[in-house]
Amino acid sequence: MSALRFDQVAKRYPGGIEAVSGVSFEVGKGEMVVLSGHSGAGKSTLLRMIPAIERPTEGRVVVNGQDVGKLKRSGVAILRRNLGVIFQDRKLLFDRTVFDNVMLPLAIAGFAPREAARRVRAALDKVGLLEREKAYPIALSGGEQQRLAIARAVVNRPSLLIADEPTAHLDPAYAHDIAQMFRSFNGVGVTVIVATPDEALFAPYGARRIVLDHGRLVTEEAVP
Amino acid sequence: MTIGNWLRQHGKACGAAARRIAGQPVNTLLSALVVGIALALPAGGEMLLVNFLRLAQNVSATPQLSIFLTLDANKKDSQEIDARLKRHVLVRDYRYVPREEARSRLKQTEGLAEVIDSLPRNPFPDAFVVTPKGESPEQLENLKLEFANYPKVEHVQLDSLWVKRLDALLRLGQMLVTGLAVLLGVALVAVTFNTIRLQILTQRAEVEVSRLLGASDAFIRRPFFYFGALQGLLGGVVAWVLVLAAAYALARPVSRLASLYSFNFALRPLPLAESLFLIAFAVFLGWLGAWLSVSRHLRDIEPR
Repeated sequence: MSALRFDQVAKRYPGGIEAVSGVSFEVGKGEMVVLSGHSGAGKSTLLRMIPAIERPTEGRVVVNGQDVGKLKRSGVAILRRNLGVIFQDRKLLFDRTVFDNVMLPLAIAGFAPREAARRVRAALDKVGLLEREKAYPIALSGGEQQRLAIARAVVNRPSLLIADEPTAHLDPAYAHDIAQMFRSFNGVGVTVIVATPDEALFAPYGARRIVLDHGRLVTEEAVP
Repeated sequence: MTIGNWLRQHGKACGAAARRIAGQPVNTLLSALVVGIALALPAGGEMLLVNFLRLAQNVSATPQLSIFLTLDANKKDSQEIDARLKRHVLVRDYRYVPREEARSRLKQTEGLAEVIDSLPRNPFPDAFVVTPKGESPEQLENLKLEFANYPKVEHVQLDSLWVKRLDALLRLGQMLVTGLAVLLGVALVAVTFNTIRLQILTQRAEVEVSRLLGASDAFIRRPFFYFGALQGLLGGVVAWVLVLAAAYALARPVSRLASLYSFNFALRPLPLAESLFLIAFAVFLGWLGAWLSVSRHLRDIEPR
């Protein structure tokens, strides 16, 4: 069973704007995939269909054997709890500390406080933010905020990690660190899908490349 | 989800709501005062009703019939009526009041002794005070007619009119209190509805992110429900304190007024059961306002 399958997926917005059209591909478990393409190619739309933030107007999105389109509201919540998602705009809570931001997914999942705190500190340690656990996100740099978003995405130990332009607006050194971080998660068996226009950043880590253009899949390259 | 997890999540939601309430002391105080004052009105009315009921029960709630014989009725006539009353299936109890007893009783009333003594003869007839078994107005009227037809009976008086009037007044009071409670309850639900709407707006980002991270509807709603219920609880306590203060402030003037009417009466605060009901009712209204607001507004917040 694949981790993720897009099956003739299309997405049309009101007004006839076609963001994605007839896209089909599969991502195996433990694979690392880079979705690339210019701005407006449909990368973000495709990624947003995985946690059912967007629903396809045609076709099917299957995550770990579940047809996302058939999930009810409660099913969507369970699906999202089992995914690690890094959003393009990070979606951090600025009135909560670094620690509390990372704690949120565990609180939602109902973890016991002691185990949750242990996991939060482990995740913060992994992204190098352990010493900033009491800081508020506003006090962090752009790169640190991105690492905080990553810590929050992995704290639940998801089997599938998706990231929408995680290196956008970061200087090259930070971007390289982030790319390495994804490689390390993939190295322990996590399936990673990254949407980025900067595909070269992930090329050294053997990621499969899927290129989109105007909502259509134009190239699908296997690991070199 | 295990019961432990479920309880933990409720504990966290309740704690988060309590912290949010404590973090806005001025807003909290104002809201509690609005809720408290609004609830104190029907609660105060209920307290007065409870006291009036107690007063009415103390005086006598059982209707009685007084049978007055003619002035020329003799002992034999009284014995005849006594025998009829003894046999009557609808008579629970009766008491014979000889004319001498009536006279001496009235003489004990302040200022009347001299007047009574100055009369050439005893103006009071022999009488029977009858307590019937039933209390329905029709039954009482029938008994009155029947007793009036007994020999040597001058007049039969049904002493239930004042009870009926008091009962009607108390019913009216109860209706007014209930109506007031419903009206102000609706107002309180509206106040909580709006407070929670503002809470949802200020926590929009948190709600959106929580949804994206897989929070269930119950997880998101819970802190708002607790917020509404806690606000109601504070309002209920304020209402109870206000009613209690009013009871203590009014106790002495009311007792003084009652003593002028020869009643030994002390105003009592709301009984424990009514006090608990008041607070529980306030909690329910807070929860209801929160539920309506959350149901209406949370659906609008979908992750983008």
